Amino acid sequence: MNRKQRIAEQIHQSLQSIAHLDVVDESYMHAVPANAESHFKLLIVSSDFASLSMIERHRLINQLFAAEFNNGLHALSLHTWTPEEWVVKGGVLPTSPPCLGGSKVQKSIQNQ
Amino acid sequence: MDVLERIREQVTCNPVVIYMKGTPQFPQCGFSSRAAAALQETGVPFSYINVLQDSEIFENLPRFADWPTFPQIYIDGELIGGCDITLELHASGELKSMMEKAVSQAAE
Repeated sequence: MNRKQRIAEQIHQSLQSIAHLDVVDESYMHAVPANAESHFKLLIVSSDFASLSMIERHRLINQLFAAEFNNGLHALSLHTWTPEEWVVKGGVLPTSPPCLGGSKVQKSIQNQ
Repeated sequence: MDVLERIREQVTCNPVVIYMKGTPQFPQCGFSSRAAAALQETGVPFSYINVLQDSEIFENLPRFADWPTFPQIYIDGELIGGCDITLELHASGELKSMMEKAVSQAAE
């Protein structure tokens, strides 16, 4: 498992509700060797954050990755929102999956 | 003086201080650059410490604050966060008022 996968898994294990999660490996933007897995950006939308100040949210997430920070993780850019804040900020909720044609099939059955 | 005492003195004697890589004029990290620019845009004076020129602080600041990354921004002796939180506070206008309050309190 690479660091990106470990980060996502750790967050899924540690937060109770996750409305949206993006883990972006931005290491390529920095002066580090290829595949350094050193710089990451996280967008986490979770109602777990509702009772926490911004610094408490960041501390919570940073602490999940103490071992990663000791093992080559260098930067973690954090965007931590409740679902309500995310909507106010103009964030789009995850797009729904494409139709894949099921409703057309249903219609043709009904018309028979 | 013990390095942790030295840091404590820096954050309490300066109403606003950023620990950054490089300087506001010559930042040496994108996150430090953005955070310092936000502080500058408020027009409120602040202090900076270039952690790349002080290896003792570079090594010990993360454990001082239990915060793993740079930059770190302190207002009125308290860590407000790193680059992301500073930019958010700047975007909402809170950063300037927090800095002004800390500076005026220090002048009293």
